[in-house]
Amino acid sequence: MSMNLLRLLSRRTASAPVARERLQILLAHERGLRGQPDLLGTLREEILAVVSRHVTLDPDKVIVRMERGKSVSTLEVDIEVPNGLDKRIAAAG
Amino acid sequence: MAKVLVVTSGKGGVGKTTSTAALGAALAQAGEKVVVVDFDVGLRNLDLVLGAERRVVFDLINVVQGVAKLPQALIRDKRLENLWLLPASQTRDKDALTDEGVGRVIEELREKFDWILCDSPAGIERGATLAMRYADEAVIVTNPEVSSVRDSDRIIGMLDSKTLKAEKNEQVKKHVLITRYDSGRAARGEMLSIDDVLEILATPLLGIIPESQDVLKASNVGSPVTLNNASSAPARAYIDAARRLKGETVNMAVPVERKGFMERLLRRRAA
Repeated sequence: MSMNLLRLLSRRTASAPVARERLQILLAHERGLRGQPDLLGTLREEILAVVSRHVTLDPDKVIVRMERGKSVSTLEVDIEVPNGLDKRIAAAG
Repeated sequence: MAKVLVVTSGKGGVGKTTSTAALGAALAQAGEKVVVVDFDVGLRNLDLVLGAERRVVFDLINVVQGVAKLPQALIRDKRLENLWLLPASQTRDKDALTDEGVGRVIEELREKFDWILCDSPAGIERGATLAMRYADEAVIVTNPEVSSVRDSDRIIGMLDSKTLKAEKNEQVKKHVLITRYDSGRAARGEMLSIDDVLEILATPLLGIIPESQDVLKASNVGSPVTLNNASSAPARAYIDAARRLKGETVNMAVPVERKGFMERLLRRRAA
């Protein structure tokens, strides 16, 4: 086997550069998240505190979810309230 | 002054226990008084790698809980009089370890030893955080492979935030130890190179341990590789790493094994 052929083969099978690039992109992202520990947990607690000033809530029924898209990320807040709330809103209005 | 060194990685199976045993033995061989502490509660293995599995009576949890005194739980190595083992419990779970209890044991060990090597369990849970909690220095064991490098990065972040030193605004001195390195494969672009790993992790290199059958042979017979075959490539690499831990300047090289014709041929082509 000639040296040139071997080099050509090894260049074609070189997967380390791919590994390196994937890691660099991933870790840049993960390190960014590390500074703000548990953003969702904080949001969840504060939203829970505000809403429960007005409505009696089951803390387990408050779900905060973040979805990361390419250009836009969405924050989804899902709060299940007991049925009594309809009447209070009607009474206020 | 005593130094507490955690051997950690995040990922399992990269060589934490092997490295703890080998570095501990190499330091002891160099005249340092060393204790290796197994933090892998429920899945202890350091006793087995050191060939002391039949001599375990009391363990770290017994000492933390005050059931046994520290000297009762320490096991002295049969070959190296400077090397001691504090085993983990095999039957209890990690919740039996408390932050305060571990702190007390480490303080007591500091009075008796030059080096306290804490073998961390895999993962980022309680066992791993307690193993690094009181560390002055850390060896991050990393394989040149994507998942291991990612987990090492995560662990480096924890060393910089969750340790007592970090909370006091001090730094845990960190070292990367690359294990299972195959220089031929790295040169052919099939494996992350040393430079790749160091650049990504931005942490100084302690040593390069080549992939070698001698590591498995040593653990098979329950002897640290630096004792079992001191002239083997991995043993030489661990001995050099231990000297660097002691502050010596040792030229960094990938120790190569003298092997058959084909491998030499491949290596020359790779170089």
